Amino acid sequence: MTTNKLDSKIPSGDIDSKWTNHKFNMKLVNPANKRKHTVIVVGTGLAGASAAAAMGEMGYKVKSFCVHESPRRAHSVAAQGGINAAKNYQNDGDSVQRLFYDTVKGGDFRAREANVHRLAEVSVNIIDQAVAQGVPLAREYGGLLSNRSFGGSQVSRTFYARGQTGQQLLLGAYSGMMRQADAGTVDLYTRREMLDLVVIDGKARGIIVRNLLTGELESHVADAVILASGGYSNVFYLSTNAMACAVTATWRAHKKGAFFANPCYTQIHPTCIPVHGDNQSKLTLMSESLRNDGRLWVSSKKGDKRPSAEIPDSERDYFLERIYPSFGNLAPRDVASRQAKFRVDEGFGANGGETAVFLDFRDSIQRLGEDKIAERYGNLFQMYDKITGENPYKQPMRIFPAPHYTMGGLWVDYNLESTIPGLFVAGEANFSDHGANRLGASALMQGLADGYFVLPYTIGNYFAGTKLEKIETTHDAFKSATNDVKTDIDKMMNTKGSRTVESMHKELGRIMWDKCGMSRTKEGLTEAISKIQKLREEFQNNITIPGDANSVNTELEKAGRIADFIELGELMCRDALVREESCGGHFREEHQDNGEAKRDDEKFCHVAAWEWNGNAKTAQTRHTEDLKFDNVKLATRSYK
Amino acid sequence: MENKKNLNLTLKIWRQKNNQSKGEFKTYDAPNVSPDASFLEMVDVINESLVVKGEETIAFDHDCREGICGSCGFMIDGNAHGPQKGTTVCQLHMRNFSDGQTVTLEPWRAEAFPIIKDLMVDRSAFDRIIKAGGYISANTGGAPDANAVPIPKYDADEAFLSAACIGCGACVASCKNASAALFTSAKITHLALLPQGAVEKDQRALDMVAQMDSEQFGACTSTGTCSASCPKEISLINIAKMNREYLRASWTKKEAVHGGDMA
Ligand SMILES: Cc1cc2nc3c(=O)[nH]c(=O)nc-3n(C[C@H](O)[C@H](O)[C@H](O)COP(=O)(O)OP(=O)(O)OC[C@H]3O[C@@H](n4cnc5c(N)ncnc54)[C@H](O)[C@@H]3O)c2cc1C
Ligand code: FES
Repeated sequence: MTTNKLDSKIPSGDIDSKWTNHKFNMKLVNPANKRKHTVIVVGTGLAGASAAAAMGEMGYKVKSFCVHESPRRAHSVAAQGGINAAKNYQNDGDSVQRLFYDTVKGGDFRAREANVHRLAEVSVNIIDQAVAQGVPLAREYGGLLSNRSFGGSQVSRTFYARGQTGQQLLLGAYSGMMRQADAGTVDLYTRREMLDLVVIDGKARGIIVRNLLTGELESHVADAVILASGGYSNVFYLSTNAMACAVTATWRAHKKGAFFANPCYTQIHPTCIPVHGDNQSKLTLMSESLRNDGRLWVSSKKGDKRPSAEIPDSERDYFLERIYPSFGNLAPRDVASRQAKFRVDEGFGANGGETAVFLDFRDSIQRLGEDKIAERYGNLFQMYDKITGENPYKQPMRIFPAPHYTMGGLWVDYNLESTIPGLFVAGEANFSDHGANRLGASALMQGLADGYFVLPYTIGNYFAGTKLEKIETTHDAFKSATNDVKTDIDKMMNTKGSRTVESMHKELGRIMWDKCGMSRTKEGLTEAISKIQKLREEFQNNITIPGDANSVNTELEKAGRIADFIELGELMCRDALVREESCGGHFREEHQDNGEAKRDDEKFCHVAAWEWNGNAKTAQTRHTEDLKFDNVKLATRSYK
Repeated sequence: MENKKNLNLTLKIWRQKNNQSKGEFKTYDAPNVSPDASFLEMVDVINESLVVKGEETIAFDHDCREGICGSCGFMIDGNAHGPQKGTTVCQLHMRNFSDGQTVTLEPWRAEAFPIIKDLMVDRSAFDRIIKAGGYISANTGGAPDANAVPIPKYDADEAFLSAACIGCGACVASCKNASAALFTSAKITHLALLPQGAVEKDQRALDMVAQMDSEQFGACTSTGTCSASCPKEISLINIAKMNREYLRASWTKKEAVHGGDMA
């Protein structure tokens, strides 16, 4: 049953006219009044930069914040493989309907249909916009755009710029935002970390940020706040995310009343470079696009120590091709990761049982030549070589799954508004669109859809329909929020215990990976929760941070982020524990059909959204939003 | 994978509390470093040991650790990003060093990049150059179909190569004049090569070059160390193209203003 606290505000009407009608029905803000509204955008990744650019162009006053030294360094820059759009330039049967269908199915029927359909609709505009901005997407000799395939789909709808699609799209959005900075509509606040949300009369009215250079706590007022602060994969310590990626912005907003949805839906990406040692700081992704031409295999003999080249084809198990003949190596991520893990668990890991399987280009190099492979994936092959010291043109890559993306995030309605009026959430930071598993090349699409094409409308509608008092930073709410943040920082600085923040993060990551990673059990999750609670106590009493809070102090920055990850980690385990089914990336060992996820649509065809109850020791309240599938029939997901 | 033995290194690292204070080199031991570790992971280990001793950690910018965000970068033995060609510090691995080696770490040195702390510098001058004109004036929503204007593959590929700049600042740091010509020209070239960007190319070249000149960067004397030290191997041809764009733009600009007199 949907709790009445969660109103998804899905417009009525047919699925393909909802967005059009909704846009028509929304109230507008006249151009002269737009100037009077200030919008805060936290984050300058694809979602934040595109929102800032689009809102600036419309005439709003935009304040843009990021923890980085320059907006161009947001984590979106690292996306490699591509961005989906239902252009059907390849004439291979793609359409808005098919992208919608693939995404709902890919998400294992745990996303909201109306949102996904809108995403598919605006996907085509994104590519037009990117090209107009000068994003150099790959082209064919005739001068038209080129496409590749990604997992979970049987059409070629992924646009790309070699293995640097995120960088090129981000530089496009960044340039759009810098143009508005030049025009005076966007003010940039770099090296600022949002540490609290200020809520006045029940509405989001500003943020408290720490200036990472001077340690100063600043108050910023606005009429609406957009959080586009990215995902939380770093709760696992080792992930493919950049080092600064954190849950802090959304978690602090959660503590101010924004519900956190589906925290246990995390994506473990099948193809990453395996862990090399204890001092490893992060994991490196090898883009899913490699599965267009690379084949996954293990030896069919347990503990086979022969060099890969000496294992004949007849003794190789191309396990994705074997189990999923119709999708083969392009099976979706959750499915592919699980199969790779099973092979390693069974003792078939590469080189006699390493925690890795092979990703092999031998056949495509024979078929297409080394040059063609280099043109498609040159920078990825080079990156692999630099990190491992092995040449993937000559021997297969060794890869293993790693935490990569988080489908969970702050709950938002159809307008991307959270449970706090005036607080909007975009990109990876929100929970919408991907259900329990995201398809490759769909995150870039979603971030830009939210920022360029959804928020500029829905925020206007919010302004036109909401009475907003004039507020100054001298308001009590700003003072008390600043005080709370200061108290927190002082407490961390003065603990002067004996554990480093880094060591606590590593410990948390271990627990999460072992018990709340690729496969989960009731027992494991229960154990994890009590371990995390102990870790939280220890964090409070025993951390040590050198230096002071009034200048650059990267240890202090980390400490605040880890404190939030610890609280989030517990909630993820609780969410996973309550969800007694398997769906997408959430795999409960108790609920499976021979290694395939087994949903329970009777009991769990809903979004779970958690409400903070005042402090970390009090259990959070679980609310639900029922999901209805009127257009894609609820069915067991099969890629066989 | 030849070198599998762990390494013992000595590091001389520039420590400077802030922009006002005087900096100095301090010496640190890096024992038992795995050749598979990255350079930054080795510094992480030193930093952990400093935290345990209650000392302030060595500050340096970094984020993606995949050679794409452009955050990292400092001089290693006088080379921007260290000894390996086409590689950022975060992608540099310890198998490129030998046991017993002493390695010196210094921040980018350029007037336009003031030191913030230790190995961390302020590169916001780059953002100001982009802000001055490193964009195409295309509002959201009004774009024609992406395939409406075919772009020759050759031009698209060339534009991509220029657009691959990560804005790390190695070009400035390794140039004896601390010139930002490679950075600025890469953006001017990327946009000028595409039909969408060609429309504004004159004004863009004038505005971006004017901003570059107003920052504390030096002049380009074509020594080429910028391109040689660039982790993305951005070509020197970009600078030649920028000079051409700029000259042409200055001439045509003159005509537009003094058109009557010249006729
Ligand atoms: C290695 C890798 C490869 C990927 N490849 C692909 C791909 O090929 N295709 C695809 O579709 N997706 C891909 N993804 C996923 C995709 O890149 C991300 O989901 C997406 O870019 C997230 O964008 P975003 O704008 O939501 O957040 P981000 O790009 O993460 O930006 C977050 C922003 O918020 C700011 N911020 C965060 N916290 C705070 C705070 N407290 N205060 C102030 N500012 C803050 C940061 O400074 C940053 O500017 C990939 C992801 C990874 C890790
Ligand atoms: S940390 Fe991103 S380029 Fe080195």
